This record gives sequence, structure tokens and C-alpha cells, in this order.
Amino acid sequence: MIRESGLSPDAARHRQVVPAGEYWFDVVRQGQRFRIVDVEGNQAADTLMFCADDPAERYSFVDTLRAQRNVYLSVGSTLLSTEGRALAEIVADTVGRHDTLGGACASESNTVRYALEKRTMHSCRDSYLLAVAENERFGLTKRDLTNNINFFMNVPVTAEGSLRFADGVSGPGKYVELLAAMDLLVLISSCPQLNNPCNAYNPTPLEILIWDPDVS
Amino acid sequence: MDHPAPAAQADAAHTGAALIYDARIEGGKHWSLTVRAGTLIRLVDLEGGANVGMLFFNPYNLLERYNAPDTLKCQHTFKLTRGHCLYSDMGRIFCSIVEDTAGWHDTVCGNANRALVRERWGLSSYQQCRNEWHQNGHDAFLVEGGKYGLGRRDLAANVNWFSRVHADEEGTLTYDAGPPRRTSVDLRFEMDTLVLLHTCPHPLNPVPEYPKSPVRVELRHSPPVQADDYCLNACEENARGFKNTELYRRCGAPAARSAS
Repeated sequence: MIRESGLSPDAARHRQVVPAGEYWFDVVRQGQRFRIVDVEGNQAADTLMFCADDPAERYSFVDTLRAQRNVYLSVGSTLLSTEGRALAEIVADTVGRHDTLGGACASESNTVRYALEKRTMHSCRDSYLLAVAENERFGLTKRDLTNNINFFMNVPVTAEGSLRFADGVSGPGKYVELLAAMDLLVLISSCPQLNNPCNAYNPTPLEILIWDPDVS
Repeated sequence: MDHPAPAAQADAAHTGAALIYDARIEGGKHWSLTVRAGTLIRLVDLEGGANVGMLFFNPYNLLERYNAPDTLKCQHTFKLTRGHCLYSDMGRIFCSIVEDTAGWHDTVCGNANRALVRERWGLSSYQQCRNEWHQNGHDAFLVEGGKYGLGRRDLAANVNWFSRVHADEEGTLTYDAGPPRRTSVDLRFEMDTLVLLHTCPHPLNPVPEYPKSPVRVELRHSPPVQADDYCLNACEENARGFKNTELYRRCGAPAARSAS
């Protein structure tokens, strides 16, 4: 479902461009809204979320999908934690459908999906591992790198039970915006994948914007 | 991928191997075991209607665990059935589904938790009901995982054997009870694996009474993987997954245990 946001980028308290192959890892406070912009189009934003007060409680795609009885994320989707609590709600979306089945790319899964020779290529999991290593204050390790959301990615499922990575339905300037239901740690990899047509073999930047609760 | 009709697969070659061990697990319980590469586990839904939640870990490096998204995207599938391999996050194969008379197994719906069980089937405490209490899959995994030092941070998306969940064109999920008959699924382990399992109800099971379908877990030695193996050849991705796993078995896993 498409719904535009009424928030002005000029009123954002934080704006940051995240080039492909890099990460963004920070705290988003309860009541803040954060937007992820697909600046040039068809760029996957591989996103993990943790409860800031207790990071062992984190985003759970299985609980989220089961509760909403649907495999796709869009406006109205409540992102649930492993304890069944709301982490955030999608409040605006100019794409209409996002994936949470496909996981993050890793050099090891790239060897399986594409060729053994891809074993040294950069991946979202490498960005995640650097993020947790460079931000020890958050107390996370590889143990915490679980199943993520792929904003702007299109992974259709059929009634017969097949699944594929299709051409993106996103485009330049499209965005998704979330309202934090609790204090969150948000870790986003701007996907560096070069082997998949979902981003036209062309990884491009994301932009992150954050608004305080009292901004309208 | 071609999936032969379930009837044609029933009681195929693998049952010829001698039974090493078998265990009946009643519904609503949990168990765990470590198996070596070359072990075949047959899960039998004895009466129809069972659900077996399962997680997989590398016993020598518990950070390596079952990865449902990698498993699905590597094989372009939403369901699990014969021919599919279950991948770790390290591009290796814990086990291959070598036989399957059920035809469809879920790996995207997770577990029921205490709140969901209370809401759907009512609270049934151990104090009141002893062994008939309503255990939930989430707590079951925390208990079984705790025996190996695993906790909340380690619980990824699990498999739900014998449970079917379809998605339509809009993505709407529908639970399908499936036929009320005995079915089985055979898992051939390609590397040494810690297996956590529970027999608690699937979180979308709508039946009015807390379901308590029993399963049998049978352990056998599997014949070595042949060049024409169905799972190995099911897709190019699996051939590469077997290569990754072979490297680990030959050079990575502790030698005394990797011999099968």
C-alpha cells in the first residue's frame, strides 16, 4: 500500500547518506520517525533492529509475518520482536512492498548462489560484522546477526511454494518511513551485492532521516 | 525442481539400513541430540497432525546455525520438501531431505509462544496438569538450547516439519492442516549437527483443542552420497553447497568425529 509522509526533510534532526557497501548503526528513540530513502532506485536496505535496553530481544521476521498473516511488509505492518512486542510500525511507504524472507547476502551464501569464486566479494554480512566490531558499546557480535528486513527488495512467493528475487519495484527517491515503538538499535547495510539483478548490478546510496516526536 | 508424488517415495531405499535408535516423542514436548555426518533421521508423524519445530547448530561452533532465508533463496523455494538442503549461515548443508511423504514443510512461521498458546488453547499450567500441560515452542527451544549454552540471542527461524503454510499472490498466509494420515520425512546429515526439536503446536494451527500428536524419531546410518544423488543434483546451488560442506568435513571439523 502506498502512503506518502507529511514530514519535511528540512525538519529532520538527522540526515545521512549511506553509500553502497557501508553501514548505518545508531539509536532511534521511542516516538521518533525514521525514513530510509532509495536515492537512485533499486537499492536494498538490509535492516536489523534490537530493543536498545535488552538487545537479546530483536526483530523477528517469523513473528512479524505470522501476526500479520502476510509475507510482505508495507504501511500498517507492525515489526514484532522475538518476545512478540512492537518494535516499530511502517507509517509511510512509496514502494508498496518490501521483503523479509530473503535475508542478507554473505560471502558464504554467495558461493552457493552464484559461484565458489565469489568467496571474497563484499557483502551485507561483512558490513554487519564491521559494524558490531566498531561499535562495541552496543554489545553485539555475530551471534546477534539474525534474519533481517530487505527494504526496497522484491521477492515474490507463489501459491505453489516457489520464491525468486525479481526486478525491484522501487525507484529513485522512493522511501519507507517507520515510527519507533520503543528505543531501538537500528543496523542497516546498504547492500553491495554485484551478482543479482534486483539492483541492476548497480549498488547505489541510501539516505537515512530521523524526525523527533514533536515534529509534524 | 521435480518432486515425485509422495506415494512413489514411501519406504524407499533408506529404510533398508538397520535402526540404531528410536524414540517416541509425545506432542507438546522437546528433545535434542547431536548427530554425526552420515546419520539419517526419519521423523514419523504417527497419526497425522503433528508439528516438529527444529533448529540446527554446528556443535563445534555454535555461532554457525540454520539460516532459513539462505535455505529458501539458494533453492528458490518457499516450502521445504524432498531434494531440498538445509543451509547454515556459512554456506554449508546441515542435512538434505532425501525422502518425504508429506510434501510441504514450513520454515517462515516460527513458534507459538506462551501468550499465543494461552490465547488459543487456554492456560494449562504444570501445577494443574502435570505432563498434560500446554508447552509452547518458544520456551521449548530456550530450555533445550540452554543445555548447550544457547539462549535468546541464538534462536533463529526454525523449520516446522509436517506443517503447511501457503502464500497467495497478495502474500496472504494460509495454514493447511494437510491429510490426517501417517507421513514421514528423512533427513540425511551432511555434517556433524546439534539438533534441537519440539513437538509443540504450529503457531497457526486453528484446532480448538491443544493438539498432542506424537512423532517417532528413528536414527540410521545413511549410505554415502552418490554422484547421482537427488539432493546434490536438485540445483547447481546444492552442488556448490555440498562442495563447501565437503571442505569443512575434510579439513575443518574435528577429525575423530567427522569420519562417518
